[in-house]
Amino acid sequence: MEQIWAILGIPPQALFGQLMVGLINGAFYAMLSLGLALIFGMLNIINFAHGALYMMGAFAAYLLLEHAGIGYWPALIVAPLIVGAFGMIIERVALKQLYKLDHLYGLLLTFGLALILEGVFRELYGSSGLPYSPPPGLTGGFNLGFMYLPVYRGWVIVASVVVCLATWLLIEKTRLGAYLRAATENPELVQAFGVNVPAMITLTYGLGVALAAFAGVLAAPIYSVNPLMGSNLIIIVFAVVVIGGMGSILGSVITGFMLGMLEGLTKVFYPEASNTVIFVVMAIVLLIKPQGLFGRAN
Amino acid sequence: MTRKSNGTATLVVYVVLVALAIAGPFFLYPQFLMRALCLALFASAFNLLLGYVGLLSFGHAAFFGFAAYVTGHLAKVGTVYLPYPWYPRLGWWEIPLPPLPPELAILSGAFAAALLGLAVGGLAIRRQGIYFAMVTLALAQMLYFFCLQAPFTHGEDGIQAIPRGLLFGFIDLNDSLTMYYFVLVNFIICFLIIQRTIHSPFGQTLKAIRENEPRAISLGYNADRYKLLAFVISAGLAGVAGSLFALVFQIATLNNVHWHTSGEVVLMTLLGGMGTVLGPMVGAFLVAGIQQYLAAFGALVSIFQGIIFVFCVLLFRRGIVGEIIALRRRGIVGEIIALRRRWAKSDEARPA
Amino acid sequence: MKKLTLLAAACALAAGFGSAQAQVSGDVVKIGVLNDQSGPYADLGGKGAVTAAQMAADDFGGKVLGKPIEIVGADHQNKPDIASNIVNQWLDTENVDVVADVPTSSVALAVQEITKNKNRIHLNSGAASSDLTASKCSPTGIHYAYDTYALAKGTGGTLVKEGGDSWYFITADYAFGHALEKDTTAAVIANGGKVLGAVRHPFPGTTDFSSFLLQAQSSGAKVVGFANAGADTINSIKQAGEFGLVAGGQKLAGLLVFLSDVHSLGLKTAQGLVITDGWYWDRDDESRAWAKKFAEKNGGKMPTMVQASVYSSVTHYLKAVDAAKTDEAKAVVAKMRELPINDFFAKNGKIREDGRMVHDMLLVQVKKPEESKGPYDYFKILKVIPGEEAFRPMKAEFGCPLVK
Repeated sequence: MEQIWAILGIPPQALFGQLMVGLINGAFYAMLSLGLALIFGMLNIINFAHGALYMMGAFAAYLLLEHAGIGYWPALIVAPLIVGAFGMIIERVALKQLYKLDHLYGLLLTFGLALILEGVFRELYGSSGLPYSPPPGLTGGFNLGFMYLPVYRGWVIVASVVVCLATWLLIEKTRLGAYLRAATENPELVQAFGVNVPAMITLTYGLGVALAAFAGVLAAPIYSVNPLMGSNLIIIVFAVVVIGGMGSILGSVITGFMLGMLEGLTKVFYPEASNTVIFVVMAIVLLIKPQGLFGRAN
Repeated sequence: MTRKSNGTATLVVYVVLVALAIAGPFFLYPQFLMRALCLALFASAFNLLLGYVGLLSFGHAAFFGFAAYVTGHLAKVGTVYLPYPWYPRLGWWEIPLPPLPPELAILSGAFAAALLGLAVGGLAIRRQGIYFAMVTLALAQMLYFFCLQAPFTHGEDGIQAIPRGLLFGFIDLNDSLTMYYFVLVNFIICFLIIQRTIHSPFGQTLKAIRENEPRAISLGYNADRYKLLAFVISAGLAGVAGSLFALVFQIATLNNVHWHTSGEVVLMTLLGGMGTVLGPMVGAFLVAGIQQYLAAFGALVSIFQGIIFVFCVLLFRRGIVGEIIALRRRGIVGEIIALRRRWAKSDEARPA
Repeated sequence: MKKLTLLAAACALAAGFGSAQAQVSGDVVKIGVLNDQSGPYADLGGKGAVTAAQMAADDFGGKVLGKPIEIVGADHQNKPDIASNIVNQWLDTENVDVVADVPTSSVALAVQEITKNKNRIHLNSGAASSDLTASKCSPTGIHYAYDTYALAKGTGGTLVKEGGDSWYFITADYAFGHALEKDTTAAVIANGGKVLGAVRHPFPGTTDFSSFLLQAQSSGAKVVGFANAGADTINSIKQAGEFGLVAGGQKLAGLLVFLSDVHSLGLKTAQGLVITDGWYWDRDDESRAWAKKFAEKNGGKMPTMVQASVYSSVTHYLKAVDAAKTDEAKAVVAKMRELPINDFFAKNGKIREDGRMVHDMLLVQVKKPEESKGPYDYFKILKVIPGEEAFRPMKAEFGCPLVK
């Protein structure tokens, strides 16, 4: 540890602490860009409402606790289900009409949706954030010697890695995933085989939304439940998805974690640039490899 | 409709609008009208890109807001600071200048916006459609954070108490009426520039590129260069709107470069009618009106704007002016027939 | 065109003649309460401040100089440009005479500029920046309740004397945060301490302070000063607990903490915090009586210093209008400076030439959970800081052109 201090001129606690914070941010970037990449890769829709749906997941957890007494652990499953169902309704009612049009209309619709959702929650709950405590099993922290790690934040990293891997396995390795991928590549043919293509589409959107809501529940104890939590995050996630390669699921997950850590490192060495480093990386990637690090050439 | 009668009809519309604009401040609150005019210019500049070149730029607030900052700073302080990367924080190179008069400040603001447009456009033009929109959004966000950090913008406080100054050295812009007419004159000049751009050989080439890019390239046109030039013009005019905005309200804040403002200009254009000449203006006046009446109620403005967005995308894609033009062409009966045909078709749905 | 201009000129002349006769502009005395109603500062002022202003109007009799008193409220969302629009519209088209409360220093500075140019009164209770009575002072601007200098001298000075002589700041990145950090740094150094560093967090919008807290932790400073307010301070202090700052031996200094913040934090987390406050409801019988009346109208929530200040300042304004026989801004402000302030909020309060209302400040400490007898019984008063000592002396060198 002393060697690190000697080489970098930075105390190791600062370095590892910020890296850890960066990894946690990266976990959220990864989960959100996973959902976005899923929806874009399968449906060719940029889901601007993704941030607002993430926020709804956090609010669902808060409201479940306030009004139904449902605690954190069940909320991890119930909240994504509720918000995912809401997402599927949106898809059925509104997005379906837009598939045959220019993709830009999907972007505009989801943008309007994001404004409505955020406005409604801001009107009802104010914008200063509501408290939500981590469950009793995850409070406290470990003193690792070179840094202090709160248990809950360690749990966030573990949970997000597990969920991202599980989703990737679902899409790439299972039959359902195969149907989903086929349905979006050649809908008429797959429909001719008897597979209910519109239902597959709706399910995919619902899955993407549920992922966002799950991230929201994870975020509620750390970032405090706040109507603006999604809009702060969504643009960064867009940049992550552009860098990773739009439509590549593994790409967005890996890029999310990597960029989170890069942000953490920048906070230690060059704090003024920490907000912009992800966008600078995006600009560079666009210059060298426009389809993204893991994307397919369009 | 013969072309000639179309021409006279349009001329009459323009004359009426100009007359209304000149009489406006005696009936409505001048500050509201100035705000609406600035936003109308911003939306028209944006529409140049969207309606005539087919590029949806989701980061146009970057040009609007950056020009506002540049103008505000030059009008109030004058000294220019240019950043250069220097470990561990940015270094700033100082060029001392006195506070500039309004006409120079506006020109500088527009010029800065055009330069920024060159940089952003250069990176973004490489991609098409949705990707282009995402890239412009992310680059605009990068500018937002730059504006947050840069000392001359004063972060969350913004540049306050921007002096309006003396135009050409003797016209005092502090009077509301004088300022209003100055903004109106600027608006008309920029509007004429947009018209000239659309109705020139350059504009025709842009139309050809929008219709069928590979064919245009095969005919020997460098499509990217044309698109980039259109982008720079659009950015520069958005910059003029931003500069005027800063002088009218005497304040330049982060709100002007926030992506909500980028979204608002898309809303104005969509509501008014993409690709029409008067559409963005109509949309801008409506959106400015909504903001004015719901100003004290914060979140309601967002909700209202979101509802209008959703409504326009689903049911009202041609926008107000677009619908009026279509109605004139087809008549009421024709419209109803077309609507019924559209509803029948919407039952088929699959992703592209 | 010529006819229109003639008509406009005629109207302007008529209006000019009209206003010379009338003593109350627009036949109404309108007070606009502009504050944050949905964001991080909604609890310390917010809708409660509008209630307080209405109470002041009602207790005054609902009328002054024979004209009705009207209270309007708006949400500025902590953004200077939104506030500018609202205030410009209020002053130009809605006959508003006074803009009251206005928390968030960046907004307060913008409002000060507008009211100075349009000759209306800015009756500030909520903002903190001491620049409002220094470089940005205005002949019609009054800073009523507290400012960063008083907070810094009170809290900063006390903590340094108790042994916290090295500081690290977590600052909200706007006018208030910068002013508070600057004034507290001066107070710390004046008392022999040193400042090891500072980090600025975006405002509004930051809910996760982990990376800033880690920097504070690794600096090794004995005191971590939070130059922020409202929900930001609440989140900072809560998360500081999560990251073990206090367990690691560092002291937390909430430089601006209101009663509503302690209510949100809970006594278990907040106990022991030393705070400089302008007023406390449990200070004496008069305060208790007023607080009870207010709580009945405010859903049971006890008033904060800001809400009490709004009541007191609006009452004082109405008294001054009555005495001056007009609602013209400069005349009323002259009367406000002339009349002393003696109510439950301030005893022997006086408004100086630079706009500063000087009154006694309180140094309080948050009680332990077992010491509190019920909700909102949170503070024990350590000492009363007399006005002359609490606030910055009025000298021309501090930048206000109104001070000779």
